[in-house]
Amino acid sequence: MPSGRSSVKRNRGEPRRRRLLGVALVAVLSSTGLAACGSDSGPPTLTWYINPDAGGQEQIAKSCTDAAGGKYKIETSLLPRDAASQREQLVRRLAANDDSIDIMSLDPPFIPEFAEAGFLAPVPPGVASATTQDVVQSAIDGSTWKDELVAVPFWANTQLLWYRKSVAEKAGLDMTKPVTWQQLIDAAEAQKTGIAVQGIRAESLTVWVNALIASAGGKILENPDAPADQVKLGLDSDAGKKAASIIQEIAQKRLSGPAFSTENEDASRAFFESGDASFMVNWPFVYPAALDSAKAGTLDQSIVDDYGWGQYPEVNGGEASKPPYGGINLTVGAFTQHEGFAWQAVQCIVKPENQKMYFITNGNPAVSRSVYSDPEVLKAFPMAPAIQQSLEAAAPRPQTPYYNEVSQGLQRTWSPPTSVNPDRSPEKATDLITGVLQKKELL
Amino acid sequence: MTTTTLPPGSEKEVPARGRPRLTDRAKAEYRLGWMLAGPAFAVMLLVTAYPILQAVYDSMFDYRLTDPDSRSFVFLGNYWVILTDPIWWKAVGVTVLITAITVVVELILGFALALVMAKAIRSVRPILRTAILIPYAIITVVSAFAWQYMFAIDSGFINTWFGWLPGLSSETDWFGDFGHAVTVICLSEIWKTTPFISLLLLAGLAQVPESLQEAAKVDGATWMQRLWRVTVPNMKAAIMVAVLFRTLDAFRIFDNIFIMTQGTAGTESVSFLAYRQTISRLEIGLGSAVSVLLFLCVVLISVTFIKLFKVDLAQARGEG
Repeated sequence: MPSGRSSVKRNRGEPRRRRLLGVALVAVLSSTGLAACGSDSGPPTLTWYINPDAGGQEQIAKSCTDAAGGKYKIETSLLPRDAASQREQLVRRLAANDDSIDIMSLDPPFIPEFAEAGFLAPVPPGVASATTQDVVQSAIDGSTWKDELVAVPFWANTQLLWYRKSVAEKAGLDMTKPVTWQQLIDAAEAQKTGIAVQGIRAESLTVWVNALIASAGGKILENPDAPADQVKLGLDSDAGKKAASIIQEIAQKRLSGPAFSTENEDASRAFFESGDASFMVNWPFVYPAALDSAKAGTLDQSIVDDYGWGQYPEVNGGEASKPPYGGINLTVGAFTQHEGFAWQAVQCIVKPENQKMYFITNGNPAVSRSVYSDPEVLKAFPMAPAIQQSLEAAAPRPQTPYYNEVSQGLQRTWSPPTSVNPDRSPEKATDLITGVLQKKELL
Repeated sequence: MTTTTLPPGSEKEVPARGRPRLTDRAKAEYRLGWMLAGPAFAVMLLVTAYPILQAVYDSMFDYRLTDPDSRSFVFLGNYWVILTDPIWWKAVGVTVLITAITVVVELILGFALALVMAKAIRSVRPILRTAILIPYAIITVVSAFAWQYMFAIDSGFINTWFGWLPGLSSETDWFGDFGHAVTVICLSEIWKTTPFISLLLLAGLAQVPESLQEAAKVDGATWMQRLWRVTVPNMKAAIMVAVLFRTLDAFRIFDNIFIMTQGTAGTESVSFLAYRQTISRLEIGLGSAVSVLLFLCVVLISVTFIKLFKVDLAQARGEG
């Protein structure tokens, strides 16, 4: 026990020490931004959670902050690189009612899950009608859940068929017309070249399988908006089998290189640039990437000049393909404290001039049809009309609140692609996904 | 420090019956002990016991993070789903395989490194120890990325350097199939954590009395004989503690797999399975059940080690 004298001394010192502690605490709290959020002084700051890009969203945030004339400020906050991790972070925050999320850049397949969980603020009717005018159909479909617009289309992505003009000519392919997967496989085999496709066990694989099944006239889910235990799968069908047989043939003939089972979009691009593959399905980013490589001297300009592009390959000849649809749509967090300003900001962000800038500088295609006829866009992306055509025909991935389960279940059973078999893979995927949705199996 | 040579049975005498009467000094020491350890104990309860109990509670519910309203009590239903699923048993198999390979290799390598560190001449000892410890100081995620880039088919140098070896070529896809992927995962794990085991073994080596070594030398024992008959038996406790700690650690392997393969090519470990159910699938109930099972596995390993090999954790610290 302390002696009487020392306790007297301590008592005298204590109030002062406490006051100091209080001052320090306030200083720490205000410097960490706790006080800055929703402060009374100055305009409110909106936080926009963005997916990583080449800096375009940051730039748009700045220009929209300027355009707001001091009403609000937009700050960006960077999400992880891949879409699945972006979803994980946003879901965890929103499940804890995080009110710091004002605006989100959201990957379309996850929109139903967020909408169903009540994580998205409803789109005001005025905003909905203003932001869907003259917008490509797939982007509107991708922002819709249960017949209601729950997100605002920002930019839309789609895959094209890329080919080496010289090789296609040698193979005798008429690239002015749509080609089929079978034609490509035969041509690649005859010309001893490869087809770059994404076989990695990741979202890329689901994108490919979905496009194959949709192009064959099928659907991965028959009733995507049904409750989890009543969802019916359309995988074990002629379309599913056809899709599996295309993957099997590419794998068996070793047309997609030695790293097929770990091949993502970047690996495909490298495979195509190297000349080992002369055909590729991939997003439009491959074109500016090739131009950059040519400028940096790591790729010969003649190779870039040999690049050709066309619509996504057909599964059944004469039946138009349904290319993949991707991109980013904007949503407002359900727990934001600045909903009105957030919608104003969203409307500013998706203005066609911002979409145009984003397309040209970051290579992310616009959703506004008007952008595609802009001379500057056409100069930077000569394939812009093909992209627009592809977007009008594109099919979204299954729109279900259980998308993650469906996609990962599909990836587990259809990977590695060298093991895909039309007789077994669709059935295995159906069994696993059904079991997982009924919570009877692990994933 | 030199109590290892004490004959058995010479431990402190325990009174035959009733609680021993403590002297005032013993009581004061006892109280001081609690005051010193108490705060740490309370923090441990808060940060480990509470989450464990919460996980046990959650594991009995069908609970999806995005749908909290339809949470329902299923008692042991989640455990039934897991234990009847081949995916769980496969993950357990993979985890046991990785644990067994890495711990055995690390023990041998770690022992060799500990001997080197112990016998090195004084001037190079600090440099040597630092060099050996560096991998352990690197964050696992960073080391996993480094190993992934090394072995990657497009940017890695392993295929270019070692393509001439039988079974390898410039087209070997290290993350494309189970055998290759597990090899890289084990290599990175071994590289990363061998320093830890060697450090524990070095502490054990320091406990072996020099007089015993000298006596053996005088008796004409060879180096190998001294190693097997004198050094190893005298540091048994340190070896067992090192193996126990590493086994527990290795059984929870996650980072390397997450970075290098994302669980593809059949490389999912038990921790990864827990991650996938909880974080990715958002099934908090099912994921908690996987975590609880992982926890039980770890408890089982500890108890087995302590009972079977009679590991005395206190002895390893030189208190026995």
